[in-house]
Amino acid sequence: MSTETTVTGSLGVPMKRKEDPRFIQGKGNYVDDLSFPHMLYMAIVRSPYPHAEITNIDTSEALKVPGVVAVITGKDLEAAGLGWLPTFHGKDKQMVLAIGKVLFQYQEVAAVFAETRGAAADGAEAVQVDYNPLPVVTDPFTAKTDEVLLRPDREAKTNHIYHWEVGDKDRAEQALEASEKRIKQRMWFPRCHPAPLEPCGCVAFFDTMGRLQFHVTSQAPHVYRTALALVTGIPEDKIHVISPDIGGGFGNKVPVYPGYVCAIVGALKIGRPVKWIESRTENLTSTGFARDYHMDVEIGAKADGTVTALKVSTAADHGAFDAAADPTKYPAGMFGIVTGSYTFPVAFAEVDAYFTNKAPGGVAYRCSFRVTEASFAIERGMDILADELGMDPVELRRKNFVRKEQFPFPSALGFTYDSGDYHKTLDVALEKIGYPALLKEQAEKRAKGELMGIGISTFTEVVGAGPSKHFDILGIKMFDSAEIRIHPTGAGIVRTGAKSQGQGHETTWAQIVAEELGLDPQHIMVEEGDTDTAPYGLGTYASRSTPVAGAAIAMAARRVRERGRKIAAHLLEVGEGDVEWKDYKFQVKGVPSKSVTMKEVAFAAYTNPGQNEPGLEATQYYDPPNMTFPNGAYIAVVDVDKESGEVKVRRFLAVDDCGTIINPMIVEGQVHGGLTEGFAIAFMQEIQYDKDGNNLNTNFTDYLVPTSLETPHWETASTVTPSPHHPIGAKGVGESPNVGSPAAFVNAVVDALSPLGVRHIEMPVTRDKVWRAIRDAEAKRGQS
Amino acid sequence: MKVSIKVNGVQYEKEVEPRTLLAYFLREDCGLTGTHIGCDTSSCGCCVVVMDGDRAVKSCTMFAAQADGHEITTVEGLAQGGALHPLQQAFWDQHGLQCGYCTPGMLMTSFVLLKHKPNPTEAEVREELAGNLCRCTGYNNIVKAVRQAAETLQAAPATK
Repeated sequence: MSTETTVTGSLGVPMKRKEDPRFIQGKGNYVDDLSFPHMLYMAIVRSPYPHAEITNIDTSEALKVPGVVAVITGKDLEAAGLGWLPTFHGKDKQMVLAIGKVLFQYQEVAAVFAETRGAAADGAEAVQVDYNPLPVVTDPFTAKTDEVLLRPDREAKTNHIYHWEVGDKDRAEQALEASEKRIKQRMWFPRCHPAPLEPCGCVAFFDTMGRLQFHVTSQAPHVYRTALALVTGIPEDKIHVISPDIGGGFGNKVPVYPGYVCAIVGALKIGRPVKWIESRTENLTSTGFARDYHMDVEIGAKADGTVTALKVSTAADHGAFDAAADPTKYPAGMFGIVTGSYTFPVAFAEVDAYFTNKAPGGVAYRCSFRVTEASFAIERGMDILADELGMDPVELRRKNFVRKEQFPFPSALGFTYDSGDYHKTLDVALEKIGYPALLKEQAEKRAKGELMGIGISTFTEVVGAGPSKHFDILGIKMFDSAEIRIHPTGAGIVRTGAKSQGQGHETTWAQIVAEELGLDPQHIMVEEGDTDTAPYGLGTYASRSTPVAGAAIAMAARRVRERGRKIAAHLLEVGEGDVEWKDYKFQVKGVPSKSVTMKEVAFAAYTNPGQNEPGLEATQYYDPPNMTFPNGAYIAVVDVDKESGEVKVRRFLAVDDCGTIINPMIVEGQVHGGLTEGFAIAFMQEIQYDKDGNNLNTNFTDYLVPTSLETPHWETASTVTPSPHHPIGAKGVGESPNVGSPAAFVNAVVDALSPLGVRHIEMPVTRDKVWRAIRDAEAKRGQS
Repeated sequence: MKVSIKVNGVQYEKEVEPRTLLAYFLREDCGLTGTHIGCDTSSCGCCVVVMDGDRAVKSCTMFAAQADGHEITTVEGLAQGGALHPLQQAFWDQHGLQCGYCTPGMLMTSFVLLKHKPNPTEAEVREELAGNLCRCTGYNNIVKAVRQAAETLQAAPATK
């Protein structure tokens, strides 16, 4: 019956990206590309002091600068009830523009609106602010003493923000006491910054209907809409958030920043569109940083290497406001994944967070909330334990892995791991890298005094937040959504509450729909980021797009299919129960020759639906029953130059298990990118503050992003263990490489230096740090 | 002040503030928003355009006035007669981009690289691209793309 060719097998195909033609031709549509008639530019006056009283702000000179239209300060905002902005974590608030005092260097103090970009900058220069400097706190240990109180605005007169814990402290401590082998290591995961190449920015205006049109670099446009409604009192129907093409996010574009509120206030006050695009310096110094966790890691084990207990105590530096964008119930995010891939019978983790005079944040930089910190702690810790036991770190891991028959595996800290085959993934990695040959080469090199290291990391991630029972942001449950409309000709459109920032949603979402419906992915359009048209969703971060929105898309497509089945039955002149979906089309059960394609059904849905409801579309809100647990086995091989301390990453292999793969080309690309960011974190990136609170890494000459020269050649492979609860078995992958790789790099360097007696080295592992470690180790050996 | 700059074959005569950077001239005066700005320190290369056909310049580190009387090619000028330039095709084929923000600068730097070195080694490509940052791809596929384009261009020397 059918004359149409069906499109089959869109899943697992390395389809070229549908979004690329506009990007390679310079036709991307980023927020700074937007321009509206009579648009003003905004510039922000920032504090040179990390902690100071503001004794006076004089805007009179600024207002005389040609082109300057208006200046607003914290007092103006306070008068309008907009002085403070609730952070996404919901239990703290942050000043929009400084009121009374500043709490970190580069904090927002005033906003200047002008006819041109240049005039706005000139106006900002002309604002006179008088400061009375106060003592500065730059680390959580000093903060803990409460000798200098940073936040007198808060009820609790302490710099301590929260204590969070999970697990059984007493049992963990007893087990540690009783263990035959016990290690303890302080590890600092330094403060770093996601630094997407496109800085944050927005254009705000009120249209002729008085409706706020807010174009913004947002990873979570719907959450912005609701947050803006709550903060400003503008009814939510009068707010339209549009997130256009985004030049990378990596967690940096999740929070709502003070500049956005200022731009909206300016647009309202002046009655003209306002554009604000932050500079690179503003991006690095004031928007969401990541990590800054000081972790004390303790592991207990039997003499044969069987792990018996884990305890991790962390001091977290949250900066001046608690703006970590974590789900409400999880102030330390998913740090409970710190038991990693191993069967710890008992574990305990605690985090104490403190205010300091540093920029606020604590965002999930290319990882699920605090998972990178946790993975580093356990993977570094396992290597230290292996070293103490004199065991091969591979054997130690193998011995303690969760076995595949143990899934779903309840971890000691409360997660239920969905699936995995850790032994197999590690075996694939060892085979592909040629582990025995590397060990032999290393032994030969060591005999000659050369420093070669092999670093392993076999991590488990927890992504896809999350089940509504546990996960919300500002009270909004962390579901996601999809809406699919199939047009009469079999083309279609899918919209979700996710928002691509380079992940390739326009391609992969089309592939999912095409696979489920037997349609051509080239003609499934994907639209995201427009709160007027997309169904509500929590956005794209924490690797939640594929686990949550991707699931919603598959489920919505199946709803379309169920509606299609009724129309197919009408066309095939049989009962609905006699129609089956097979080989990407509807056919009469047992009669393959009697079939209709989805394309034919789509046409009929609008031209000949019979007794059925016309049209062919569906919406699905998906509340995930569990998180997904991508995992991997990573191996780094490094050579260290003894004289200079230079580390050369000779090889790096990543074997990832992210469940079902939608587009292997995109997955590989994501792994390459994540590894490069992990490489950067391990070897070069840090936001440092001096003891006076000055930020020392305010631009790309001081905050290093790896170039094509340093970046290693990446080797990749995969194993596929589908997630049992995800409709297509996918788990998410974009962040695994950034989560798993830092430990592999550091383990490799420490392994290289281990013959000298080096046991740990802090990130970033810079050349001078390695050189000092070698020098100190040699001096120590000379003394003994 | 007045500047006269030919961009992608079109002559633009504009009155600009002397401090106007070439990047903003291209983006705001010419409406060519394919040239991006990602830093303030000449580090990221998102703003690279081609001057006089064979020089890659960082347009955020040049005044429009310095380009007065010169010819500029931006990413919008790469495709010819509706056909993608082999570099554009190769970046697409090899998945040499993700968020796309660095892509115009990468393409223009590569364009000049291939002018001077029609058949670069991997090491040469990596060295020449070291002034262009990418946060998404890890460069492996960008290097592959440039080498694919080199092959295509060499196989068809008539292509620009």
